[in-house]
Amino acid sequence: MLLIHCPYCDETLPESEFAYAGEAHIARPADPSATTDEEWRDYLFIRSNVKGAHYERWRHVHGCARFFNAVRDTVSDRFLTTYPAGAPRPALSDLEASE
Amino acid sequence: MSRFRVTGKGRVDHHAPVRFTFDGKSFFGLRGDTLASALLANGVHLVGRSFKYHRPRGIVTAGSEEPNALVGTSRGRGRFEPNTRATLQELRSGLVAESQNRLPSLKFDVGAINDALSPLFSAGFYYKTFMWPKGFWDKVYEPVIRAAAGLGRAPETTDPDRYASRHAHTDVLVIGAGPAGIAAALAAAKAGAKVVLAEETAEIGGALLSDPEVVIDGAKAWNWIAARAADLAESGVRVMTRTTAIGYYHQNMIGLAERLTDHLDSVPENAPRERLWRIRARHVVLAQGAIEKPLVFHGNDRPGVMLAGAAQTYLHRFGVRVGDSAAVVTSHDSAWHAAFDLQDAGTGIAVIVDTRTDVREDLVAEAERRGIRLRLGHTATGTDGRLRVSALRINPLRDGSVGNGTKVFCDCVLMCGGWTPSLHLFSHTKGTLKWDAENTAFLPDRKSEAVEIAGAGRGLWGYGAALDDGAKAGALAAEALGLSAAAPTHDVRQDRPGTGTAHEELPTDHDRGHTRAFVDFQNDVTAKDIRLAVREGMRSIEHVKRYTTTGMATDQGKLSNINGLLIASNALGKEPPKVGLTTFRPPYTPTTFGTFAGYHRGAHFEVTRKTPIDSWAAENGAVWEPVGQWRRARYFPQGSEDMDDAVARECRAVREGVGLFDASTLGKIEVTGPDAAEFMNRMYTNPWTKLAPGKLRYGVLLGEDGFIRDDGVIGRISDHRFHVTTTTGGAARVLNMMEDYLQTEWPDLDVWLTSTTEQWAVAALNGPKARTVLDGLVEGLDISNEAFPMMSVADCTVAGIPARLFRLSFTGELGYEINVPARHGRALWEALMEAGKAHGITPYGTETMHVLRAEKGFIIVGQDTDGTVTPDDAGLDWAIGKAKPDFVGKRSLARPDLVAQGRRQLVGLLTQDGKVRLDEGAQIVDDPNQPTPMKMIGHVTSSYHSATLGRSIAMAVIENGRARMGETVHVPTGKGVEAAVIASAVFYDPEGGRAKL
Amino acid sequence: MTRFSALSLVRNALSGNRDWDQQWPDAQPKTEYDVIIVGAGGHGLGAAYYLAKEHGITNVAVIEKGWLGGGNTGRNTTIIRSNYLYDESARLYDHALDLWEGLSQELNYNVMFSQRGVLMLAHNVHDVQSFQRHVYANRLNGVDNQWLTPRQAKEFCPILNISPDARYPVMGAALQKRAGTARHDAVAWGYARAAAARGVDIIQNCPVTAIRRGANGAVEGVETARGFIRAKKVAVSAAGHTSVIMETAGVRLPLESYPLQALVSEPVKPCMPCVVMSNAVHAYMSQSDKGELVIGSGTDQYTSYSQRGGLPLIEHTLAAICEIFPTVTRMRMLRKWGGIVDVTPDRSAILGKTPVPGLYVNCGWGTGGFKATPGAGHVLAWTVAKDEPHPINAPFTLERFTTGRLIDEAAAAAVAH
Repeated sequence: MLLIHCPYCDETLPESEFAYAGEAHIARPADPSATTDEEWRDYLFIRSNVKGAHYERWRHVHGCARFFNAVRDTVSDRFLTTYPAGAPRPALSDLEASE
Repeated sequence: MSRFRVTGKGRVDHHAPVRFTFDGKSFFGLRGDTLASALLANGVHLVGRSFKYHRPRGIVTAGSEEPNALVGTSRGRGRFEPNTRATLQELRSGLVAESQNRLPSLKFDVGAINDALSPLFSAGFYYKTFMWPKGFWDKVYEPVIRAAAGLGRAPETTDPDRYASRHAHTDVLVIGAGPAGIAAALAAAKAGAKVVLAEETAEIGGALLSDPEVVIDGAKAWNWIAARAADLAESGVRVMTRTTAIGYYHQNMIGLAERLTDHLDSVPENAPRERLWRIRARHVVLAQGAIEKPLVFHGNDRPGVMLAGAAQTYLHRFGVRVGDSAAVVTSHDSAWHAAFDLQDAGTGIAVIVDTRTDVREDLVAEAERRGIRLRLGHTATGTDGRLRVSALRINPLRDGSVGNGTKVFCDCVLMCGGWTPSLHLFSHTKGTLKWDAENTAFLPDRKSEAVEIAGAGRGLWGYGAALDDGAKAGALAAEALGLSAAAPTHDVRQDRPGTGTAHEELPTDHDRGHTRAFVDFQNDVTAKDIRLAVREGMRSIEHVKRYTTTGMATDQGKLSNINGLLIASNALGKEPPKVGLTTFRPPYTPTTFGTFAGYHRGAHFEVTRKTPIDSWAAENGAVWEPVGQWRRARYFPQGSEDMDDAVARECRAVREGVGLFDASTLGKIEVTGPDAAEFMNRMYTNPWTKLAPGKLRYGVLLGEDGFIRDDGVIGRISDHRFHVTTTTGGAARVLNMMEDYLQTEWPDLDVWLTSTTEQWAVAALNGPKARTVLDGLVEGLDISNEAFPMMSVADCTVAGIPARLFRLSFTGELGYEINVPARHGRALWEALMEAGKAHGITPYGTETMHVLRAEKGFIIVGQDTDGTVTPDDAGLDWAIGKAKPDFVGKRSLARPDLVAQGRRQLVGLLTQDGKVRLDEGAQIVDDPNQPTPMKMIGHVTSSYHSATLGRSIAMAVIENGRARMGETVHVPTGKGVEAAVIASAVFYDPEGGRAKL
Repeated sequence: MTRFSALSLVRNALSGNRDWDQQWPDAQPKTEYDVIIVGAGGHGLGAAYYLAKEHGITNVAVIEKGWLGGGNTGRNTTIIRSNYLYDESARLYDHALDLWEGLSQELNYNVMFSQRGVLMLAHNVHDVQSFQRHVYANRLNGVDNQWLTPRQAKEFCPILNISPDARYPVMGAALQKRAGTARHDAVAWGYARAAAARGVDIIQNCPVTAIRRGANGAVEGVETARGFIRAKKVAVSAAGHTSVIMETAGVRLPLESYPLQALVSEPVKPCMPCVVMSNAVHAYMSQSDKGELVIGSGTDQYTSYSQRGGLPLIEHTLAAICEIFPTVTRMRMLRKWGGIVDVTPDRSAILGKTPVPGLYVNCGWGTGGFKATPGAGHVLAWTVAKDEPHPINAPFTLERFTTGRLIDEAAAAAVAH
């Protein structure tokens, strides 16, 4: 069971309090009707599925109930950081530098 | 007292005999014995038959790595288990044990024919045959193979025992309470850390229990252990014995299995049998020691051939000599000590064979002093005996060649091929290992968790080294937590450090194509099987393992992995790390399913959600239906009614009088805030801006893919407040989806979402007499049709209870849904029943609800839709706010396939014979006479007998269904074909007048 | 290649089993092939075999980063069935099932395909509706599947608990009798041996690092740890790692990779005659020829390549197993392992051409890949050989995610109401 730091509660808590919510930083198009079928497909379905640092969303569903973002290494499952939804995407180089 | 029991030796109670049976024969052991030590004390080595060849097998080890001594044990009805490790099972009074995998008896087993045919059963033989004639595999060969395989028999009755589980947190978890583990725990605890020390066996001490003459800091080993036990207690260390660390999970969570009752003579009432611990440790110290390696030579599997260290343990820990005359074969110093100790206890040492010529002088001198025959630079090439070893064949090694063999008579052979660091748990962490050529072992390399490895696990040998390393690891763990720690050193006398060399198969003068030198005892894998696998092209150790099954027995390769690897790498001419090491996977030792299931059995498997009205339904004979986690009343049978009778009666009551339904399970979400209407506009397909407060609207929710996810009636309570209802199963999903969009896509919207599912109890009152029943109970609201028409919502009191009253209908009749605070749910229900008594009020369940709504053509999301249905498919195009620029799923509705012709549309379906009720799920075709595969044009989604209409009705999705009204289609039923006519799905009161009365 | 037979076993037994050939040579990469298949799992090796056998294309390399059959082929619970709802899926899986039935003879390698029957339990009214829908659709598609009452289900699998008092009582079951299990490793080895015998190179321990495209955009070959290897046609069949490889060709996929855990018990004498699956409680179980109870569960909740998997899922799975089979609580879990399954949004595979000329993809099998092995290999070979999809895999395009023409078996199973 992973331990996850909720950036809102500022506590590190067991995975069972959280729900995974897919890849992060995939914004819904501001005007979906203006998108092509291909653009809309990309938004709906295309995922980076990276092997390594993965930007992803979690929800502290059995806690503060808020969505937040995380960077997790999908090879080791280790979290590099978590940060509030809406915060800028942290650069990987910064995360590795702070290790 | 058996002559194999050594008076005064062992940690057993020589004055406490314990009776047990093995294969029906009665024996006595002593309190403190394991089943294995008790059998050995009675001179019993033969305990089982091997998996493939059914060869007679004896006890090999003294620990949980035992491959052979697996027996069935039982203690009364439901308490039988197969494959109990006799080496781990503590003796209890009345223990009933049976040998396994033999027919009819252990001493005479017909399966042993396989042994005679063993050249046929080489590695992978089953891949090469049993293919002809085709079809014989399942019917002839496989049943025979299956019957011959397997070890014990599966339990056949339900287990009466309970299983428990618990979480714990600690600063430092030390796994293994041998010398390194004890030293680590003490060093960490003395630095102020909170420490848990877990030990697989019944007491702490580890290898020291088998080496009582060692002197540590002036105390003999057992005294030292006793003093440290007191220290541990004083330092607040939690010592958990009979507790096996089974798995090392992410971020230092360790799963441990604690055995609570299997060692007790009788099971205390309600005591759990085993407990799963999930311990989250800030730091972990792995001090699991090392496991002795067998030597691989012809006949090394005969009963009486065992590990030298095991013999030493049986002697010192249990006071049991494993035989009268022992031949020792070794490539490591440690077996020499075992030989000396056994000789002191009265076992003759027939010979010490060491493959090395250059053995430590003090050992040689001591052996010579004792008059033990020594054969240095020799190899073992065979054993004699059938059910027990009677002789060992040994040969000199000269310049790489094997000389002539001689026989040494003996009744046991003690072998030692060196030791393998126990790194299973480390391996679970995905930490990397590196090959240590000198130790011929894999040692820990890169760590991926906060963990230290101590003692023999790091390839260190001797008590002094283990103790000091343990203390250092404990101190490091404490320092990692910010504590200042000291790592004391230990003064050890009579220490038994040692070294050795490793072999693949021992050199032999036999033709290697015909030697039976076992690598994996249980699975009957020999060295030549491994060489065969390599010859056939298996290059990686994973291939070799899978092809030969070496390392896949119940010891999971604890004894065989390194030997197998050395043989494979030798055959490939590659360094062992180039051939690879198979990954160890949890659990460390086999662990009962019950331990994992824990409390989650029977009614506790998953929570059962019950409504506030559930108790009334239970008292009134409801038949239940599980819906998600809820249980809901399906119908209320009276007298001898079956479901059809009861549902017909309940339906009639609603259509003609009044019925009452518990709708509390409906999901309810309160959407509030200045932007509530805008939020609803974006989430649901419908327009919400113009819905006046006090009014209701049916809402449809899509996924972003354009398919229907949920629906429900939504009330606007005020400008800034909506009361949203969802399907029973969809409540959590819908809330999650709403929160997702609100928090991450539209954080600018000023809206709050609150789940109120559990806050409201909901009674649905339906039928032409609904208002009559309700009228007398309502205060603060005029519920006349004019003042409170269809699709209205208002607050009032009902039966004196504050209520939010909805006027809506899911039945087609005049209807109300009365929401009251949950705690008043049953009171409301009873008040309604009382008020309705004069009008024949009838409680009804989900089945009746389903029939009534189907008569009206109202869909159930998840039944009439399935995640591939658009609003238009479901005939809900009217519910889409066409003028809205956007809502969730809108863009997807414009995708090519969602606007294509020929989509399946929801329609009604009437069988030509009204007595026939189609099965839900039945498929629809145009031409029932076409050949298979048939072109299916749709399927039946809902189907009931309608008492109201006096015939069956159905809903279905059919390609272009709405354009085909009145056409006949066909439903193959498996027994025949039913013709049915496509019709409107609204079968009853199509004008909808009855709900507006 | 020595033909395997009872006779060859006896002959070799008499000579100390010293004369068996290598089942496949450890090939060194050539500089150029007609077709390169990335990933030596059952699907990739199967495709190579059928390319050689049915299309006469033998200048083929199967390139594997580890050892052949070491991915999901060797990490699954070996269940084979074809009782899928949609015509497209039923056709694909039934094509595979047809091939399974003759596979041991076809490959001269006993893959131990055992048609023991797969029983899918219905635990609520919704399950009953859904499984009935499957039974009806399968029957009309010529796929065997039948509906059993709880009592009939218990007759078929006596250790099943059908007590109406169970937390999730059994309300019926769908049975596909032709379904069953096979020996997973043997499938990979059998295809490897048969493909190698027809001239296919199987190159192990050779990670493909990138797909190289030429100036015209078409595939030119693959970059590997052992250098560039030229080929005009490349098929990627790398399960959980497909996204990473395809990205190098500029093709992004609708895939996510999740850990899937499975476990086995210690071996016991035969106690379970079939495969039992329960979607409602998320667990399934069968007994292997060796006697182990083989148990599978759902995926972990987060994407991962770690193959570690969490304890809670194992706890839940075994609790579910103990509910369905109350006599097994004293059985012991021997080992558990994790695979990485690549999952598409509609839980159906992508098998066909890509926007890149000469590049083909076979992925997204989720938890259903093993059962499709011969079928997937067979139609992938066709697609590569003819540069157009076989009618059976034609619906399993990448384009369906644009048009919305999904093949959504999971959605068809729908949600509770």
